[in-house]
Amino acid sequence: MAMEVTQILLNAQAVDGSVRKNAEENLKQFQEQNLPSFFISLAGELANEEKPVESRRLAGLILKNALDAKEQSRKYELVQRWLSLDVVTKVQIKACLIKTLSSPSSDARSTASQVIAKVASIELPQKQWPELVGTLLSNIHQLPAHTKQATLETLGYICEEVSPDAVDQDHVNKILTAVIQGMNSSEANNDVRLAATRALYNALGFAQANFSNDMERDYIMRVVCEATLSPVVKIRQAAFECLVAVSSTYYEKLAPYIHDIFNITLKAVNGDEEPVALQAIEFWSSICDEEIDILDEYGGDFSGDSNITCFYFIKQALPLLIPMLLDTLLKQEEDQDQDEGAWNIAMAGGTCLGLVARTVGDEIIPLVLPFIESNITKPLWRQREAATYAFGSILEGPSPDKLIPLVNVALNFMLTALVKDPNNHVKDTTAWTLGRMFEFLHGSTLDASIITPSNCQEIITVLLHSMKDVPNVAEKACGALYFLAQGYEDMGPSASPLSPYFQDILQAIYAVTRREDAGESRLRTAAYETLNEVVRCSTDETASIVMQLVPHIMMELHQTLEAQKLSSDEREKQNELQGLLCGCLQVIIQKLGSSDATKYAFLQFSDQLMGLFLRIFGSISATAHEEAMLAIGALAYATGSNFEKYMPEFYRYLEMGLQNFEDYQVCAITVGVVGDLCRALEDKIFPYCDGIMTQLLKNLSSNQLHRSVKPPLFSCFGDIALAIGENFDKYLMYTMPMLQNAADLLAHTSGADDDMVEYTNFLRNGILEAYSGIFQGFKGSPKTQLLMPYAPRILQFLDSLCMEENMDDVLMKTAIGVVGDLADTLGSSASPLIQNSVSSKDFLNKCLASDNSMIKESAEWAKMAISRAISF
Amino acid sequence: MAPSDHRRPYKRPAISDQQRRRDHSLLRQAQNRLDAQQRARCLASSILSLENPETDSVPDLDSTTGQEQSEVPPKEFDVRQASKLRGVEARRWFARQLMLPEWMIDVPDRLSRDWYVFARPAGKRCFVVSSNGATVSRLRNGSILHRFPSALPSGSRSRDASGTSQSYSIMDCIFHEPDQTYYVIDILCWRGYSLYDCSAEFRFFWLNSKLAESGACGPPSQYHRYRFSLIPVYNCDHNGLSAAYMGAVPYVKDGLLFYNKEAKYQTGNTPLALVWKDENCSQYVIDTDNQGNIPIQQQEHKISIDCLSKERDKMRSIYLPNSDILSLYIWNANRMKWVVLELQDDGKLNTSDDPPVAFGCLDSDFVHKSGLHSGNLLRFSIGDNGLSFMEERLDKADLCYIGKSNRARAFADSYSKIVFQHMVRHSPLKMDDFLSSITSSDDQENQLNDIEMTG
Repeated sequence: MAMEVTQILLNAQAVDGSVRKNAEENLKQFQEQNLPSFFISLAGELANEEKPVESRRLAGLILKNALDAKEQSRKYELVQRWLSLDVVTKVQIKACLIKTLSSPSSDARSTASQVIAKVASIELPQKQWPELVGTLLSNIHQLPAHTKQATLETLGYICEEVSPDAVDQDHVNKILTAVIQGMNSSEANNDVRLAATRALYNALGFAQANFSNDMERDYIMRVVCEATLSPVVKIRQAAFECLVAVSSTYYEKLAPYIHDIFNITLKAVNGDEEPVALQAIEFWSSICDEEIDILDEYGGDFSGDSNITCFYFIKQALPLLIPMLLDTLLKQEEDQDQDEGAWNIAMAGGTCLGLVARTVGDEIIPLVLPFIESNITKPLWRQREAATYAFGSILEGPSPDKLIPLVNVALNFMLTALVKDPNNHVKDTTAWTLGRMFEFLHGSTLDASIITPSNCQEIITVLLHSMKDVPNVAEKACGALYFLAQGYEDMGPSASPLSPYFQDILQAIYAVTRREDAGESRLRTAAYETLNEVVRCSTDETASIVMQLVPHIMMELHQTLEAQKLSSDEREKQNELQGLLCGCLQVIIQKLGSSDATKYAFLQFSDQLMGLFLRIFGSISATAHEEAMLAIGALAYATGSNFEKYMPEFYRYLEMGLQNFEDYQVCAITVGVVGDLCRALEDKIFPYCDGIMTQLLKNLSSNQLHRSVKPPLFSCFGDIALAIGENFDKYLMYTMPMLQNAADLLAHTSGADDDMVEYTNFLRNGILEAYSGIFQGFKGSPKTQLLMPYAPRILQFLDSLCMEENMDDVLMKTAIGVVGDLADTLGSSASPLIQNSVSSKDFLNKCLASDNSMIKESAEWAKMAISRAISF
Repeated sequence: MAPSDHRRPYKRPAISDQQRRRDHSLLRQAQNRLDAQQRARCLASSILSLENPETDSVPDLDSTTGQEQSEVPPKEFDVRQASKLRGVEARRWFARQLMLPEWMIDVPDRLSRDWYVFARPAGKRCFVVSSNGATVSRLRNGSILHRFPSALPSGSRSRDASGTSQSYSIMDCIFHEPDQTYYVIDILCWRGYSLYDCSAEFRFFWLNSKLAESGACGPPSQYHRYRFSLIPVYNCDHNGLSAAYMGAVPYVKDGLLFYNKEAKYQTGNTPLALVWKDENCSQYVIDTDNQGNIPIQQQEHKISIDCLSKERDKMRSIYLPNSDILSLYIWNANRMKWVVLELQDDGKLNTSDDPPVAFGCLDSDFVHKSGLHSGNLLRFSIGDNGLSFMEERLDKADLCYIGKSNRARAFADSYSKIVFQHMVRHSPLKMDDFLSSITSSDDQENQLNDIEMTG
């Protein structure tokens, strides 16, 4: 068999497709026949120095993929499969892997490192393979450089794969010691030093205790800073990456080092190679991220997490930092705006400048203004562009009071530049800067706006003109129009200043969507996004113009559906377009369907629209499905009970959507649409409920469905119960135990991390919304008594929630609502139960005293319902 | 092990439009779910049924637990739909929606413990509904008194109503002309939540905490045309009673209202709310017309002539509660007091009580000749012999037909009103009677307590 495996592995990489396919088939058979022996063969192949490197590498890769998968449920299966292998097999495999770390072949070593980390990620949390770290560390001290390098790499991978609490502190200390020693300038071998520096990047997350120890921290930081001065570019880059990681993980420990780090980064930004300079800038961007978060928190709640201190590093570094960043702006690449993947020092520097503006606010203005003033009229495009970009970058952060006078002066200049500047790069940045002006300095929340009746027309004229420019400039002009429209969103029913130009605006955007070159620079997408925003923010007076657009969009969608014999590339573009068109129709449906003035006229299109949407489900694009589903939800909401006529045809796509676990967004949206249908059709949805309920119950019990879909699935029960009322009785025997079991699992969140607490609260909220819907659905029915047996455990669940620290506002509101619903529907028969529950007393009082008006209102309702129930 | 790509978004909005559409949809769905829930919560128990609720609740013999009133399937008809009713229908419907206190003809037991008392403002009793950005007040007969913006929930367009469009509030008020203020005497619905089934104790608590919060007690403004005001409500003990009776209030008093603390808001006449008046706390002790005037002599005279010219015997109605023969009496203009009764198919003359009390019977010939129909409201005067009682029950009534009642009138007088009016003229119930009843019941309770303590 062993000989054979080598050949099969080589064949699996053959150029000839049929040979390859055959080999893959053989591998699959082998695996299915005898998994342990398959794994041992692969490990043996990887460890065998006689074998060709290609077969060794593939053997390792297959092994690695047999241990991990992206998809959660699949990953779980693989983990269980490994754990259930017999010990002898596992010992044998692990021995081969460790042995391979000493291989002269770097490919084999590197592959083995990754497989070891995967095995470790399974076994260490189970307290298995306790000798691993010791074995690896002994490698470091004894063996040749390439083994040392591979071992450090392995330690890095392990730190990346395994959660810190699976490794005890003693091992952490030893790993860090080995890694830091490897990084030290005394390490002569650069491969070892690079591997160690990269390993530290992953190991930093394990070093909480060590960073709290001044001496150890000083030592780690000294070694990292020294590594930024290494003669090897990759080591310098890796060392800066470590600094970036430190800046976000150990922000509060940085104060003693920040001065030195500034000097190091300044040197790197000014003179080092780009990959290093980019990381040096990223360090400051990352510090900005931290300080913005901390200051946000300060602004929100002074009494809250006072353990996070802001050290105002950015503010202190400002006089030196700003000139450094402004210098980078002049280092643009030609045509960087046409290259989607471009990322260079000018872009990184400008981005960092924007973050600095958000961190320090007004203080940045005097430091940047001279640069703008001295460069913006220069003959060299680089200077004009850099000045414009600097201006655009500081528009978010400083107060409008300070910015508006500047913008009022600059606006005309910018409008002229957008039309007249000979350089595309300058025009691109100018249009973007105009967009930022509208985004941050125009809108109903501001006292003063930069847009006045006297300049509005000119702004629109210039933007519409610019939308005919080259794609990257046109895209930015669309973006500017987007924010211009958005600023008028909350104007209320009064006339919008855009109304006089509305027809021109829609026509211009529509023309952009149809440009031949709209596929470049994301232009088509930007145009549809702008179209959508303009429609969203429009008022009744322009509704008829929006209405005229509908047949055009429908016709385009129709044409995409008629297109024949497309190449796969063309098909992909077609699907993307379908998604955009469905998205646009969805926005229009929501707009015109929500106002009584336009709804009736609009609904004349509903048959045609529905016909188009149903055809979309014939395509394979998940994005288009999702958009069509969203549009149908909006249509159902607008049509109300008349939607019934579409149900026979639509139902199977609804079911398909609910079964789409792979594109879970589609599934989630479809669950939401079931809710829309319930509210539109009310009891007329009943004939479809058997199928829907079966699918919802299946989805809930599946461990393959993405977890984010589960909370809305629970809420959906409530929607259905509310729609069909007492007819829900036949589903009680399935739903109630499921809700109760889920509730039992979720009664407490002790020890969970923030993410888990948030998710648990979503689930609880879903369960409670289900209870609410069921109680309200049964209210007034003779079948109410069917709910009585479930009441004690529901109250128990509510009582257990009341003891929880981790309830968020939404959950509190829903929970107290359910207490009221239970009392309202069950009335006096539940009176003794209610009177014995904590939730009807302490929790109710807590909610009544809440500052949150939603909670308070729900609580008032509950109080009334309870007082009625117990007074009978 | 490669560090995450530190490339940051460049000249791009942070949120994609697709994500925005998704979020918008989720937001819409969440809002719609809240609306649906809200609608459901406001249904059923809060429904003001068009038909008499009694006729709906057929006892369910199979049911062992017994259904509650609130679980009877509701007639889906609420106040907003009712406001679309016109004419007689509207009048009938709205007339049924107010809780009508009986006139106090004897002092209830446990007055100090179970009852509230407050001074009733003089003015127009009405029903104030705020919904959909407008506030409408309707008189007992269903006709609109004012349509105006107010600071009540959903009571004007300018205010950001935190509730949904479904949300409405209903209050039982008296509009007091001199200071152009709505005095709120009870609350029926608040932001769509029904309070019908809640005890008076709870309703008053609610009213007190909510009304001020809403801003409706503030001075009038463009968005709040009339001021609303709360009335001080007292426990019906010695101090409370004196405060209500003698205490200064910013409005003209028109008697005292007594509310039983446990009473739900029951539409129509109820013995759990009582009204009482004397000369000290009301200008209108003796029944008056709309303007507060005692009906003028001229009219009486005209009617008396009118009456005499008809066949007197047939105009007279006779009450025979104990099947005694009642004699006929001559109508006496000086003793004039109107009583309004509703004519039935069989000629009986009923009060508005439920069940009604028959005060007499009209001869079918007379009914026919005078063009009267079943359901007509007819005015009678009480004759010389007035009402006589036997063992605290009405024994004899001496009534004399005057004519049809005013069109605006929605229903007949209640038994208690007629008796109260009669008592006022003969042996009125006095404030001292209340005070002594309180004192005596206190004594009794103290005694009882003593017994319980030792036992």
